[in-house]
Amino acid sequence: MTAAVTAHGAHAHADDRSFVRKYVFSTDHKIIGIQFLFLSLFFLLVGGLLAMGIRWQLGFPGQAMPLGGWLPQGVAPGGVVAPKMYISLVTMHGTFMIFFAVMPLLVGVFANYLIPLKIGAPDMAFPRLNMWSFWLMIPSGLLMLSSLFVLGGSSVAGWTVYAPLSNTPDYTGVHLGQQLWCLSIVVFGASSLLGSVNYITTVINLRAPGMTWFRMPLSVWALFITAVLAILAVPVLAGAVIMLFFDQTIGTHFYLPAGGGQPLMWQHLFWFFGHPEVYILILPAMGIASDVIANGARKPIFGYTSMVWAMVAIAFLGFIVWGHHMFQSGMNPTLASAFMVSTIVIAVPSAIKVFNWLGTLWRGSIHFTTPMLNALAFVSMFIIGGLSGIFMASTPVDMYIHGTYFIVAHIHYVLFGGSLFAIFAGIYFWFPKMFGKQLDERLGKVHFALTFVFYNLTFFPMHILGLGGEMRRIYDPTVYDYLRPLQPINVFITINAFLLFLSQLVMLWNVIRTLAWGKKAEMNPWHDCGLEWTVPSPPPHGNFEHTPTVYHGPYEFSVPGAAADFIPVNQPPAQAGEAHR
Amino acid sequence: MHWWFPGNASSVGGKVDSLFYVILYITGAVFVLVEATLLVFLVRYRKRAGRAATYVEGSNKAEIIWTAIPAVILVSLALVSQPLWSKIKDSDTYPKDAAHLGLEAKQFEWHITYPGPDGKLGTDDDFMKIDSIHLVVNRDYVIDMTARDVVHSFFVPAFRIKQDIVPGMDIKLWVKPTRTGTFELACSELCGLGHYRMRGLVIVHTPQDYAAWLVSQGEASAADSAAAGAAADTTRRKGVS
Amino acid sequence: MTAHEAPLAPEATAPHSIGVHTQKLGMWVFLVSEVMFFTALIGSYIILRWGTDAPWPEPRTVLAIPVTALNTFILICSSVSMVKAYAAAVKDDQRGLKRWLLTTVVGGATFVGVQVREYIHLVQKGFLPSSGLFGASFYTMTGFHGFHVTCGVLSMIWVTIRAFRGKYAGGKYQGIETIGLYWHFVDLVWIILFTIVYLI
Repeated sequence: MTAAVTAHGAHAHADDRSFVRKYVFSTDHKIIGIQFLFLSLFFLLVGGLLAMGIRWQLGFPGQAMPLGGWLPQGVAPGGVVAPKMYISLVTMHGTFMIFFAVMPLLVGVFANYLIPLKIGAPDMAFPRLNMWSFWLMIPSGLLMLSSLFVLGGSSVAGWTVYAPLSNTPDYTGVHLGQQLWCLSIVVFGASSLLGSVNYITTVINLRAPGMTWFRMPLSVWALFITAVLAILAVPVLAGAVIMLFFDQTIGTHFYLPAGGGQPLMWQHLFWFFGHPEVYILILPAMGIASDVIANGARKPIFGYTSMVWAMVAIAFLGFIVWGHHMFQSGMNPTLASAFMVSTIVIAVPSAIKVFNWLGTLWRGSIHFTTPMLNALAFVSMFIIGGLSGIFMASTPVDMYIHGTYFIVAHIHYVLFGGSLFAIFAGIYFWFPKMFGKQLDERLGKVHFALTFVFYNLTFFPMHILGLGGEMRRIYDPTVYDYLRPLQPINVFITINAFLLFLSQLVMLWNVIRTLAWGKKAEMNPWHDCGLEWTVPSPPPHGNFEHTPTVYHGPYEFSVPGAAADFIPVNQPPAQAGEAHR
Repeated sequence: MHWWFPGNASSVGGKVDSLFYVILYITGAVFVLVEATLLVFLVRYRKRAGRAATYVEGSNKAEIIWTAIPAVILVSLALVSQPLWSKIKDSDTYPKDAAHLGLEAKQFEWHITYPGPDGKLGTDDDFMKIDSIHLVVNRDYVIDMTARDVVHSFFVPAFRIKQDIVPGMDIKLWVKPTRTGTFELACSELCGLGHYRMRGLVIVHTPQDYAAWLVSQGEASAADSAAAGAAADTTRRKGVS
Repeated sequence: MTAHEAPLAPEATAPHSIGVHTQKLGMWVFLVSEVMFFTALIGSYIILRWGTDAPWPEPRTVLAIPVTALNTFILICSSVSMVKAYAAAVKDDQRGLKRWLLTTVVGGATFVGVQVREYIHLVQKGFLPSSGLFGASFYTMTGFHGFHVTCGVLSMIWVTIRAFRGKYAGGKYQGIETIGLYWHFVDLVWIILFTIVYLI
């Protein structure tokens, strides 16, 4: 089941594996990372298209969609989004974006690609398990996609699939679709698990000589902590979903009041997973942003140790705040207050990180490259997403804004403004290492500018919709008198959402163009300190000719007296010319 | 242009709004300060010929300051929020002399049970209305809420009140309207395909108007049972009776 | 695995390992996730049984305690034989290793067989997953446990075959320790389940 290990250390060697072994069923962490990249970008597109459907209906309720005529009449009569299709869009947009786009992009891509390279290992601890981790995403994705096309349609219970709506077909007319959702998530859980076992074991046991814990780059720290979160949280989701599946299939009543079951138990189990999940979705982004910002400012990360402990605190506290998703659920109000306190406290380590990023920029020499612009956007947008969270943390204020577009705004500020901009930063930054060609800077900046503008114009007004009282997952807000005056905002958001979606074509074009006709990239185009930049682009199978030895911390930029404005972590001290840490 | 909170119509709404504004001012100030600092840094410390970055690893003093200040502000917010929360949600704090109404949420209607002239719920003169809640201004009410099928959520924006209703649970909610008028009730937890049209009305009367309405209910009840279908239909869509 | 699957430096040459061999570390991490999975199931059971007023029959009126007690004993014995197998491997006693691995396989397979037989009896008696919350939680917890034991038995068979091929001779016994960990975990989960589902 696991790969054995040789005694004489890592070495890259002549690679005469077949095409299939090399690029399809590969056990090389770099190939697996790239496979995750293409898979998740595909699902990002799927999620984006579903969002376009949502926005069409909200902006132009009751009007026929462009290309709507292609949909079956039962689903979209006359090309108009019907109520069931609408909730299906909402449910599947969230599901695909969280499980099949953002998580694989942050973890599947960057954990796989970066960890062994950045710690000086030839590959992951269990390369064949790693291969399975990717290939399990295929049946998982297919199960989820197929749920859109089966009789009765996909799940219509939101990505949070609350019971009893989700486990009682009579309430929605959805039978097979919800079951496929459950099966897909269980398979996804297995994939996530195999990956996390690899990331944790590799970071603990396979670091090269000199790569002590506190010399690891923050990206690796973040991905390691994220993997620990996943190990603890994802199995709980699996257990909860299995019980939901059994309610639908073998007649159990775990979450059905008729049989003595507890719908609220679903919420507790789901959010026990769900809250650590959102930290899984943001921590790697923070790690990537840290690496890119230090590089772009030519300065060490300010407060490296605090940054590490802040991430540990966020992860730990992340397990005791889940009730804040359930403040209004009918749970015991005193218990809710306890969750309020822990939720308020978790804002502190996040604030610490923001201040440390600012500290990194202070007195830096900031190079506005595409990755840097995206990383800076991450910080500025995460500030907004984090601050909006404070409103929800206060239980009385949450009473009003729970279940409204204020929450949707918050979610998208942290997930898009936060995670996705960091993902873009990571893609632009590590693309040359992955593919040996660098994405065009000009196109990258155009993509960034368009995305940043349209993204804010799309999601900021949602705060206002929420304060006006517009609920989530509403097919037609104009049913309510008090919401009709808000409708111009919905139209405005819809138009900008379309433009935001179209702006991504710039990056798509950049990727295609670069892969097809791009110039060869140098080995270390960003003049970065990391070990990955000391090997060719792309690195050979096995990564390093000889196991590297690490002498320096991860962010030795602009060291006084040094020959260059960066010191690679494996540069022996005699050459560095000054004391190191 | 109605792009902000609806006008407040309940006894707790003012306090919820005040809390909101406190948080808004604090987060607003932090937002301006932090983003401005970011922008200033981006301009001031942009790469320039002849100037290298300053190698600084961190500052323990800074860490302590920017940990302590947010912690103090945030914990204060929690302390301020707690009493209001308890007052609204903890049924032990509810006024003992509050009038009771029953509410059953189902796909996709609100069924409200009124105690009738004898003022007691659970007796023969109780009557039920669909999608309309009639209250007397400045009176305390405790609504006994249940859900017949799935999780619904009782949301009256003008009251700033929201309460999920979970099937299998008996949930009590205290409400005290402070303004007469008609206010909308929305379901704010996805409850199925008709979730978007699970709309109701909350009509707050003066005591005299309420008495008159109650009388009209007594007269109408005979007619109601005869024309149950059509009237219920009208009631559901318009929410008035 | 071909020669081209890049083999990895063992923990001995990875100076920052924590002194636990990589395969065993991986198994520990995996077992943490398994603990969380069973916690979700067992935690739900505890809430449903003792946290609500749902009616709950006395387990001994539904389940066959004596047979299951004996089965528990068999599973515990298979853990003992697993310990003995590992001890034999450490001493490079290949005969002992093979003997004790076979014993473990037999013990594990017997456990599964008896559980299956008990399931059949229960279903015939009309006790199904749809038989109230007790039925639901009973079959879910013991079913997933049985699934884990079955995977363990299959893995154990494979390890035994490898042992017969001499793959664990000459001090290369990490794999025995790794599967031993899994086996003990599965046994521990059963002891917990037997106690709180059958006995209490």
